Amino acid sequence: MEPFTQYKGTVVPLDRVNIDTDQIIPKQFLKLIERTGFGKYLFYDWRFLEDGKPNKDFILNNPRYNEGKILLARANFGCGSSREHAVWALSDYGFKALIAPSYADIFYNNCFKNGVLPITLNEQTVNTLFDEVANHDAYALQIDLGKQIITKPDAQTVHFEIDAFRKTCLLQGLDDISLTLQHESEIRAFEANLKPFQRIDVSRL
Amino acid sequence: MSNETLFEKIWQNHIVCQEEGKPNLVWIDRHLVHEVTSPQAFEGLRLANRRVRRPDLTYATVDHNIPTTDRSLPIEDPISKKQIETLERNCADFGITLFGLHSPQQGIVHIIGPELGFTLPGLTIVCGDSHTSTHGAFGALALGIGTSEVEHVLATQTLWLQKPESFEIRVDGAIPAGVTAKDLILSIIGHIGAAGGRGSVIEYRGEAVTSLTMEERMTICNMSIEGGARAGMVAPDETTFRFIQGRKYAPKGEDLDRATKEWRELRTSNKASFDRAVHLDAAKMKPQVTWGTTPAMVTDVTGTVPNPNEFPEPDIRKAAARALDYMGLKPGMEIQSIKLDRVFIGSCTNSRLTDLTAASKIVKGRKVAPGVRAMVVPGSQIIKYQAERQGLDRVFIEAGFEWRESGCSMCLGMNPDILQPRERCASTSNRNFEGRQGREGRTHLVSPIMAAAAAIEGHFVDVREWNSEN
Repeated sequence: MEPFTQYKGTVVPLDRVNIDTDQIIPKQFLKLIERTGFGKYLFYDWRFLEDGKPNKDFILNNPRYNEGKILLARANFGCGSSREHAVWALSDYGFKALIAPSYADIFYNNCFKNGVLPITLNEQTVNTLFDEVANHDAYALQIDLGKQIITKPDAQTVHFEIDAFRKTCLLQGLDDISLTLQHESEIRAFEANLKPFQRIDVSRL
Repeated sequence: MSNETLFEKIWQNHIVCQEEGKPNLVWIDRHLVHEVTSPQAFEGLRLANRRVRRPDLTYATVDHNIPTTDRSLPIEDPISKKQIETLERNCADFGITLFGLHSPQQGIVHIIGPELGFTLPGLTIVCGDSHTSTHGAFGALALGIGTSEVEHVLATQTLWLQKPESFEIRVDGAIPAGVTAKDLILSIIGHIGAAGGRGSVIEYRGEAVTSLTMEERMTICNMSIEGGARAGMVAPDETTFRFIQGRKYAPKGEDLDRATKEWRELRTSNKASFDRAVHLDAAKMKPQVTWGTTPAMVTDVTGTVPNPNEFPEPDIRKAAARALDYMGLKPGMEIQSIKLDRVFIGSCTNSRLTDLTAASKIVKGRKVAPGVRAMVVPGSQIIKYQAERQGLDRVFIEAGFEWRESGCSMCLGMNPDILQPRERCASTSNRNFEGRQGREGRTHLVSPIMAAAAAIEGHFVDVREWNSEN
């Protein structure tokens, strides 16, 4: 996984609560068996009209935001389905950082597995950001994960909280599985003591 | 141990490794795999030259994208076909048991787990699907995970997990006639909101919950994710143990006796305290109908479509206005005046034999309203077979329903079963998100008996009165 350290980009405001993963990546694109190439389907039903032409009313089709790198959203972003395709689509499109007051749990986990940083800020700070983005062209933020700081265009800074372990994994681009395999002896010890009902009699399968 | 909740006991029993400042490394007892969220995980294993650590604790089925029409015909959608073939190849290469398209045990992954006895109390169960919470009905800790975590479990049979909070939802009182488990969970979600359970594992408790059958408990736990929770669970009891008896892959004889003895200990201690708690009264609950585009946008069947201006929070107000626009509804409309084009009875929420039996009693000897297209999709091949033995297929077909093969079908419309733009559907599934059942499709979530009665009348009716009048 690519390490995430510093990141700078223009902010795209998506002013809706409870944006679910069905919207982020509609189901017709879940049949692919690769991890790549989902960006062109991001927010598909909102971004394109029934005839496949871009919906000019949708924020991603607004020329002002077509260089967007940071998505600003409302509470409970990424709710619903566990589909990791939602994160693959955001990342592939170019959104490596997100800002919202809260995220759905599974989506939040999935972000960290793909080098995407979901920043949580309180409602009031998010409201302020929505206002500032609306009032400035090409509103860009500088994110420093190590220092847990966002720097605004006027050089003001906003601190954000993040779990220390998740932060380390992102900063170093750690592969979870190789980390886990360092605990092989503990896994083996646990495995040796499984209760009978935890096992399955494979001869019956 | 004596002051722990059910969830905390199971969590504690599964910790492989605990270090300061890190999540816990948690052992996973059962891993369920399906065609949509697994191909990239298997590919990851191949690239890293890794094997599946415990194929014996892993099983797979196809459910999400498969057609529900005649199984002897080839699959028309080449991309669906490729995804199904990919799972077949992956299972063969990695030694995983697959209940494939032509297996008599194929079905929705969350239906067949309990049906075949893979799902047991006290286990940790994961699947690359958010409705994995269903299995919590047995007193298991069952979590939906993403594809990277699927790969991690395949490779290590463990997951790094932050311990969620514990959330008690206690429903007291007796459930009135005509009110079902679906209405209970929709009422709960309406109460706590679409993000109300975020970061927590819910334990459903109280007289209204313990009186439920296993099928009903599964309906409740299934929709925990729609309230934003990580998982939902019900403590195992005699109802649970009876259900498990004789299931194909469940323990038998003395093994079962020993296991049952341990499972009896799996209950929240009287001294335990939950991080959060909500108490509701079942006696006041009515049949529910969603009017919006999240399951929390729900009201009583006797109610009206709300006015978005009534909501105090600006974000919710805006979301409600947008939802009404999308749903083609006006504030103040009677719920029972909403006319339907489609009815879908199915999904991992409500496609079990008991659901189909209840719905069949409503439609028996009646006809689906003109202009309504109605469909029943059993949750598994076993359910389909049992229903057909009882003649339920004839009851539905004679009433004008389509009787299909098992799968997820129109719950998420990955297969050809989708709504056309602006078609309105009464659905027994779990999500009414925009476009979920088809682009611009309008979904109203209801119970199986509410869906069945709506199919007959062509609009929503209060099934409590309707059934006695007709």
